[in-house]
Amino acid sequence: MSTTLLIARRELTGYFRTMTGYIIAGILLLAQGLFFNALVLSQGEMLSAEVLSGYFFYAFGLTVAASLFISMRLLAEERQTGTLVLLTSSPVHDWEIVVGKYLSGLAFLAIVTVTSVYIPALILVNGKISFGHLFAGYLGVMLAGSAGLAIGLFGSALARNQILAVIYSTILTLVMVMAHFLSRVTDPPFKDTFMALALYARHFPAFQSGTIHLRDVIYYIAVVYMALFASIRVMEARRWK
Amino acid sequence: MIEVKGLTKYYGELAAIHDLDFSIERGEVIGFLGLNGAGKTTALKILGCVLLPTAGDVTVDGIDIARDPHAVRRRIGFLPDTPPLYNDMTVGAYLKFAAELRRVPSSEAAKAVTEAEEKTATRDVHDQPIFSLSHGFRQRVGVAQALVHKPKLLILDEPTSGLDPVQIVEMRATIRALRGEHTVLLSSHILSEISQTCDRLLVIQRGEIVAQGSEEDLAARLGGGGTIEVEVLAPSARAIEVARTVTGVGACSVLREAGGVALLSLEGAADLRPKVVRALVQNGIDLLRIDRGAARLESIFLKLTQTKDGDGRPQ
Repeated sequence: MSTTLLIARRELTGYFRTMTGYIIAGILLLAQGLFFNALVLSQGEMLSAEVLSGYFFYAFGLTVAASLFISMRLLAEERQTGTLVLLTSSPVHDWEIVVGKYLSGLAFLAIVTVTSVYIPALILVNGKISFGHLFAGYLGVMLAGSAGLAIGLFGSALARNQILAVIYSTILTLVMVMAHFLSRVTDPPFKDTFMALALYARHFPAFQSGTIHLRDVIYYIAVVYMALFASIRVMEARRWK
Repeated sequence: MIEVKGLTKYYGELAAIHDLDFSIERGEVIGFLGLNGAGKTTALKILGCVLLPTAGDVTVDGIDIARDPHAVRRRIGFLPDTPPLYNDMTVGAYLKFAAELRRVPSSEAAKAVTEAEEKTATRDVHDQPIFSLSHGFRQRVGVAQALVHKPKLLILDEPTSGLDPVQIVEMRATIRALRGEHTVLLSSHILSEISQTCDRLLVIQRGEIVAQGSEEDLAARLGGGGTIEVEVLAPSARAIEVARTVTGVGACSVLREAGGVALLSLEGAADLRPKVVRALVQNGIDLLRIDRGAARLESIFLKLTQTKDGDGRPQ
């Protein structure tokens, strides 16, 4: 087994050996169910596609928020408890540590996301949903969650402890979500730049309504790449400190 | 095994270690001795390839740690001052993870874990979760993870830190058993631990090596130091009178006298013990016990770390 997968496997089992994983998964599923019931189904008569779109809107926000909590422990907790030295003194590249940790978070997020499928499936009780819409929406949710995880991992690489990690990554995520507001009050070329950076407004609504654009997929992958790249650089820099 | 030249590490403006030079031969057990904050941990972290130096050259087994840290990491086992243990894992699962992380093939990992557990007497807690272990067992599991991949060099930072006296004795025995198979570099500020475990000492003070050599070398170079403890069944005055006739014995003092038994402390090197024994016996004094004084290494250490003007710089 490659070192990256070895680290990922240990981390993933770590989520299930402690209460942290169950708590995050439980809160996410509970919140998704409550939001779906209280804010989507209470809107009166709606088309099934609109109900599904509404579900994905809330799923986006809740999944990105959960991803920050899932990833806050990945490096900061190890630094806090002193276990990071086990990895950094072993013949393991810093990128293997970062990618291994990231993959564990991604696998955990995927498991939790799959278990939420029952919620949109409830629409089938009184309506019809398109499999394509469901697939596109979940693809978007997973891509946004992946971006959130990578940003969270970057915060975790920077911070001394988990609380600081989640604060750093929340600030960064909010800035990226709010970028489209900045685009409204700025002139070109900043207007387009801010809009292109917006984590939700520019790139998620298409997934929400069941459409997959390659540019949106590439955007989320690019966010993941940049955040992981920055995390690796932080890890490398810490060897000098 | 290890060659260190001009090793320097700055944290901002502060030099944690400055221009360290030393070498360690294969199979030696070396003690890194220094007060808290002397720079031991920083030096060991650099040798453990966790930190990068600001300047200087370090080679382990002929490999430069800056050019090929991976090759060096395969050859070392590192126990930091806080053992890097995952509390949620069992000892066996943790050691298997550590072995595979150090590139021990999966098929051989179980055997490597068993061997490491046997060397560190942790076999009995193989299936126990780490969070349930006592401090002594946690330290031992920390040593086990450092040697599970059979590294040539073991770096142990304060391996007896926080242990009770029984656990300290057990840990010393564990480290002594590693002699020969591994080169061991351990740090401590506990003098007796260094004295009883190591072949040679590196004394570090304010980030600089202020002395190196065996305890005997250092004692000879720094004016002898050391004491001999003698327990005799005779009046202390008579015993002191006889002991003073031995060339090399300096000031004598009575540590305890009760029930006709006197415990004396004689200033002098440990190798004077046979002469003292002969002198006492030839003069009809019954000898109950003779040993090197506990203060020997302390006196060397204090000499090396005494400060001028309280600024912490060695004299």
